[in-house]
Amino acid sequence: MTVPAREPAGVPVPMNLITGSGPDIDVERITSSPAALRAFLHGLPGVDQVGADARAAALSTRSIKTTAKSAAIDLAISMIDLTTLEGMDTPGKVRAMCAKAARPDPRDAGVPPVAAVCVYSDLVAVAVDALAGSGVRVASVATAFPSGRASLGVKLTDTADAVAAGAGEVDMVIDRGAFLSGRYLDVFDEISAIRTACGPAHLKVILETGELRTYDNVRRASWLAMLAGADFIKTSTGKVSPAATLPVTLVMLQAVRDFRDATGRQVGVKPAGGIRTTKDAIRYLVLVNETVGQDWLDPAWFRLGASSLLNDLLMQRSKLTTGHYSGPDYVTVD
Amino acid sequence: MTQRVAVRKTYKLFIGGVFPRSESGRTYVVTDAQGRFLANAALASRKDARDAVAAARKAFAGWSGTTAYNRGQVLYRVAELLEGRRAQFVEEVAASEGCPPEQARQQVEASIDRWVWYAGWTDKLAQVLGSTNPVAGPYFDFSLPEPTGVVAVLAPEDSSLLGLVSVLAPVLATGATAVVLASPTRPLPAVTLAEVLATSDVPAGVVNVLTGRPAEVAPWLASHLDVNALDLTGASPELAVQLEVAAAQSLKRVRRPGSEDFSADPGLGRMLAVLETKTVWHPIGV
Repeated sequence: MTVPAREPAGVPVPMNLITGSGPDIDVERITSSPAALRAFLHGLPGVDQVGADARAAALSTRSIKTTAKSAAIDLAISMIDLTTLEGMDTPGKVRAMCAKAARPDPRDAGVPPVAAVCVYSDLVAVAVDALAGSGVRVASVATAFPSGRASLGVKLTDTADAVAAGAGEVDMVIDRGAFLSGRYLDVFDEISAIRTACGPAHLKVILETGELRTYDNVRRASWLAMLAGADFIKTSTGKVSPAATLPVTLVMLQAVRDFRDATGRQVGVKPAGGIRTTKDAIRYLVLVNETVGQDWLDPAWFRLGASSLLNDLLMQRSKLTTGHYSGPDYVTVD
Repeated sequence: MTQRVAVRKTYKLFIGGVFPRSESGRTYVVTDAQGRFLANAALASRKDARDAVAAARKAFAGWSGTTAYNRGQVLYRVAELLEGRRAQFVEEVAASEGCPPEQARQQVEASIDRWVWYAGWTDKLAQVLGSTNPVAGPYFDFSLPEPTGVVAVLAPEDSSLLGLVSVLAPVLATGATAVVLASPTRPLPAVTLAEVLATSDVPAGVVNVLTGRPAEVAPWLASHLDVNALDLTGASPELAVQLEVAAAQSLKRVRRPGSEDFSADPGLGRMLAVLETKTVWHPIGV
């Protein structure tokens, strides 16, 4: 692996990112000043872009068939954050989605429920009501989703609202403007403040990788979010193209692996947006297995943010159980 | 003087407006009536059939939603393109069916005429097949023919162009979309027709052409829940029974194979076979 290009004085460069040994990450020291945080983030090893693309492309050619495919489909279903984030969402639509989340295929009780539903904060109460006792968690986007362009006060209120309404998970967006202009400490402070406002709720930090431009930025943003206390790092809002891609998810998976090696704390990963087919979903599972291993192959540590993906998974599952192809007339319209 | 080496062609499938190779990567050799090499054709697999159905389903809303008049214009334009490729079709039909060029020419001309005939029917179906119904109540009651959806068609094995046009054009005229299994032994006119359709105004996915073995691919189409109707014209009697059983699972419309005379007046039967009837009761006099 590459050695960091620059080694700024006074900040311990996390060599253990790669080797799994070395000095621990001292968050207080890293975030003691904007310069220290910048030095730390820019001291992270650069991402080999061609290598990451090639690795992701190579892994996506794996062929997963028969019983393995069947297991992968069920695992993927149980990892879905079933999402509706439209301006035209209504309580009725959210209730319908919740019913589907708890029992994805009404004809087959063997289909596992999804991990969570993801809605706007004003619809959290509806979802909490609809999912009571089902075991499906309720996630809410917050902090002026999807742009993140609001004052900290508004973002904190938004978060507190969602948590008060019963959201067990909060999906926040980072201030990409601040991140891209190098004001890393502002981003850090904002995530920390939201983390505090979340209380017991899990915090997922959306990096919006489609706007971060480079894989190096994705790695830095991942570390920044994890240092600030994220429970999950999430690729995208789904409102920006490109949304989740395999190489970006690979870089983020490497980041959570290295972060656990360095600090002992495990952070989850959630690719979201643009994952529509069973084939896509299985590619992500292969990527997780090959990059961070079994520890992350669990709905507690890996999620797929999606809406139409669930229908494709159900159709593929039905193909495997019945032996003939299913069609969109046999799953719900959403 | 060196002799030119002919280019040996390997044709591909036609799915969703593009020409992909078979997902399986397989091809087979197509020969003329005397057993001489003509070309390689793609040997479709069940996944190609699945992709073709998905493409046909995607295209259905658009194609069935265009006005009947516009659909007629689009189909008529196809006939114009067929006319322009007459020589190529004559050559391929003659080679495939082993008939003299004069007979092949008649077949091609009959095919183009048939296409025009069906193109003319698009905006007349509702008048001829629709009705207002006398009912014992204060209702204006009327019935309309509506396209059924995705139609899987097994093209006849012998009549490589006229037969193909006779089974495909009625499906398109009604506003349905088609997945066609071309004649396994004589697929070249179907491949050329696909090339014509690709350069015509027919939207991508409205016609999808698969070449290969019906016994391998057709059962997947027959049991596919997203296929609404099945035309078994090209199926052998044993295969037809098997396919009809599979199609019953999802209550598909099935058109059984029988003796066909493609030179005769086709009538409305083939269009009726893929049309649904919608009846509306509209209150009046209130």
